Amino acid sequence: MNPALTIPAFGPVLPEIILAAGALIMVLFGAIRGERPGYAMNIIALALLAVTFVAVLMLPSERIETMGGSFVIDGFAKFMKALTLIASAGGVILSLDYMRREGISRFEYPILIVLSTIGMMMVISANDLIALYIGLELLSLSSYVIAAFDRDNVRSTEAGLKYFVLGSLSSGMLLYGSSLVYGFSGSISFPVIATILQGDVGIGAIVGLVFVAAGIAFKISAVPFHMWTPDVYEGSPTPVTAFFAAAPKMAGMAMATRVFIDAFPGILIQWQQIIVFISIASMALGSFAAIGQRNIKRLMAYSSIGNVGYALIGLATGTAAGVQGVIVYMAIYLAMTLGTFAVILGLRRGNVMYETVDDLSGMARTHPVLAFCLAMMMFSLAGIPPLAGFFAKFAVFNAAIEADLVALAIIGVVTSVIGAYYYLRIVKVMYFDDPAERYDAMPAGVKFVLALCSIFVVLFGIVPAPLVAAARTAAISLF
Amino acid sequence: MFGFGILSGLLILPLVGAAFILTLRGDSEAARSNARWAALATTIATFLLSLVAWARFDTATSAFQLVESHVWLTETIRFKLGVDGFSMPLILLTTFLMPFCILASWESIGHRVKEYFVAFLVLETTMIGVFCALDLVLFYLFFEAGLIPMFLIIGIWGGKRRIYASFKFFLYTLLGSVLMLLAIMAMYWQAGTTDIPTLLAFNFASNLQTWLWLAFFASFAVKMPMWPVHTWLPDAHVEAPTAGSVILAGVLLKMGGYGFIRVSLPMFPEASEYFAPLVFALSVIAIVYTSLVALMQEDIKKLIAYSSVAHMGFVTMGLFSMNEQGIQGAMFTMISHGLISGALFLCVGVIYDRMHTREIKAYGGLVNRMPMYAVVFLILTMANVALPGTSGFVGEFLTLMGAFRSNTWVAFFATTGVILSAAYALWLYRRVVYGELDKPALQTITDLNRREIITFAPLILLIIYYGVQPGPILDVFAAPTETLLNNVQAALATVKTAAVAAH
Repeated sequence: MNPALTIPAFGPVLPEIILAAGALIMVLFGAIRGERPGYAMNIIALALLAVTFVAVLMLPSERIETMGGSFVIDGFAKFMKALTLIASAGGVILSLDYMRREGISRFEYPILIVLSTIGMMMVISANDLIALYIGLELLSLSSYVIAAFDRDNVRSTEAGLKYFVLGSLSSGMLLYGSSLVYGFSGSISFPVIATILQGDVGIGAIVGLVFVAAGIAFKISAVPFHMWTPDVYEGSPTPVTAFFAAAPKMAGMAMATRVFIDAFPGILIQWQQIIVFISIASMALGSFAAIGQRNIKRLMAYSSIGNVGYALIGLATGTAAGVQGVIVYMAIYLAMTLGTFAVILGLRRGNVMYETVDDLSGMARTHPVLAFCLAMMMFSLAGIPPLAGFFAKFAVFNAAIEADLVALAIIGVVTSVIGAYYYLRIVKVMYFDDPAERYDAMPAGVKFVLALCSIFVVLFGIVPAPLVAAARTAAISLF
Repeated sequence: MFGFGILSGLLILPLVGAAFILTLRGDSEAARSNARWAALATTIATFLLSLVAWARFDTATSAFQLVESHVWLTETIRFKLGVDGFSMPLILLTTFLMPFCILASWESIGHRVKEYFVAFLVLETTMIGVFCALDLVLFYLFFEAGLIPMFLIIGIWGGKRRIYASFKFFLYTLLGSVLMLLAIMAMYWQAGTTDIPTLLAFNFASNLQTWLWLAFFASFAVKMPMWPVHTWLPDAHVEAPTAGSVILAGVLLKMGGYGFIRVSLPMFPEASEYFAPLVFALSVIAIVYTSLVALMQEDIKKLIAYSSVAHMGFVTMGLFSMNEQGIQGAMFTMISHGLISGALFLCVGVIYDRMHTREIKAYGGLVNRMPMYAVVFLILTMANVALPGTSGFVGEFLTLMGAFRSNTWVAFFATTGVILSAAYALWLYRRVVYGELDKPALQTITDLNRREIITFAPLILLIIYYGVQPGPILDVFAAPTETLLNNVQAALATVKTAAVAAH
């Protein structure tokens, strides 16, 4: 039978189909309904994400390829998709009140989030270079628009434009790298590339690999392709920044893992040095550059650069334990970053949002619960036990030691101590300095996200086994 | 209950107390008073529970007792608790000192009272956790977790340079510890587990031992603190509130010594033997140098802080002399120093609460208005100098004897430290307590009140009791010390036989 005529299995793609169909319905509904106040569109988006989440959980865990081999699901894809969906839902919930108060509550926002989520899920499941690129473009194009969502605000439009220009450049690099890889391996399919590119490959394939790595590094904002991050994070509306720091990071790290582990396992020795370098550079820059920051969103941008560096330690090992480390790290990072941005969204008096570190002054007295939650997030980001962040760092460093990347691990822990300085500074401002005026009461949605994240971060240490074991299963499915 | 034993109870109890204090509403005087009483009740209950644990403890054996093990991170990284003769006395020391810390903070902490006691109770959990953890990852977890409450205690309730001191304390200790974390991971991949009893029986390759030893040394030496990484301690001590100093000197410093005896000595015997001269050198420098530095201090707390560094020098010297007297003496010094330095800081707290200065110059002639205080301070000063009849003497004498058996010159130089300690301690006493009471501010100073007498009485009784009757504590150390030394000797003998056979 002619393979082109077979109807592919749609089961594994069901979550993406649900989301895509849902997004189209939302566009129709939004167009008919017009601009009206209320959260109807957001609630539909959340329901859609929830249904998709359930659909993802119901996927089988064994590896299935479909759509002519360009789409794959396995335990790893399932896990990372679940994380991405949680992150997107967090992005929607955090935006509810903010968008209304800033007067930019348009029905396109939830739709764009859903569209970009489809892109992320596509990227996670991509099994060839074209599928990867298409998913990435869908993800990126939606992101550019929501970065500039506050379109009358100069900083927001600047962020959108910067993101677009630099993002296109990186897409171009990825595409160029892909074409070289295709040229030297004769295939776009990851499994085929993996069988062909083994051992001593030619310089052309290596150049292709480098360009692919550069494109990916752009998307996960790893040094030296991080330049857009601080500006975009600072300029975008805060809920959008929270979304950028969470969801695309999950997808980006999943994409990096998928590409390097699935497509280039035979030339581990070649890409390992690239990853080790960008990991060290990201950790170092994330730690040092954040010290001087006054704006919290900017500070979190550098923090996210540093955190990507730590997650990349896991990838650099190229082992199952390393991938497990990446998964655990990203899951915990998700809670820490959403929780932190939830607190930042709580810094509002009347119509003014406060964004500098000094605005946190003395919060331990004016808002003890809020300050406690943020302090826990900061200690956790610094990797202090018994908070969740420690277990994240433990997972990746443990993998690095197993893989004999001792130098990388030592540099990693030293930069984490340097990084601890600026996280501590935030705790210091909140706990040791004199209190400023009180902020307005937090919106319910933000409170909800913060509560969930804080409980996760503080109490994770009591029962860490379920997540660690699930990550282990997911990681093994890649090998 | 649910398979959780008495040690879990010791960990959970302070947290329950902390949770209760958090539920108190408002910042009225009533709420503050409730917080104080709740904290005191919790620490006393914890102490009583630790006495129950002590009653069930069998000192005749060196095996781990009261062991409990629960599923935690993975199959081989478990939540495992247990105690032996080295850790049980340190747990008792911790739970014993805590009520005094609460009492010492009764009036001196005037703002954010609830948070203060919550921080202290959480700190207690982490300290007990360090001493009863039987899994290295768990050990590390508690070891580091204590930084968070201590950081807040120094930073919120500390003195003028509290922020500098809290950052220095946190980052210094963290930098030392992260290397230990990597070493723990390396051990995990070697032995397949981080279970301490299993690792005690595991033989690490000589080459690896060196690196692992150094990584652990980085952490324990900072925590101890040993010269030259001791500089965080005087700052932290000076700025911390009284109770914070008591806990810092009384318990937190002991974590380093405990780490050496729990991990470095038994798990890396070859490296320990190889590096013993280094430790000796650093210890002797610490003893002589910091004693000299203590002589020139103008701040009472700083002086006592430097004297702590000197005493910890005796501990490391005793531990690495690797004989019975040395190790038992080191352990004894840790317990006795916990009591003495804790009481000394409480003593400083008494006059600080009244005068709000720690400058030696601001005092003089206190004996005229505070006779009772003068007696208490005198006994503690003598104990700090290690006068025979106080517990300080027993520990110092044993460590010196151990060092003498191991290396005579080390003992010789260390003994000069004894003379120096007498010099700085007695001089301090003379300047603060004796002389004319001519400072106008001191004219109305009052003697110890009832709460303060209740605080000092048990501490002084114990210091003298253990000075005359050290047997009860030394017997607890006997069994584990013997096992430790046997294992170390056996490991070293194997290596030597192998080396001879290779020739």
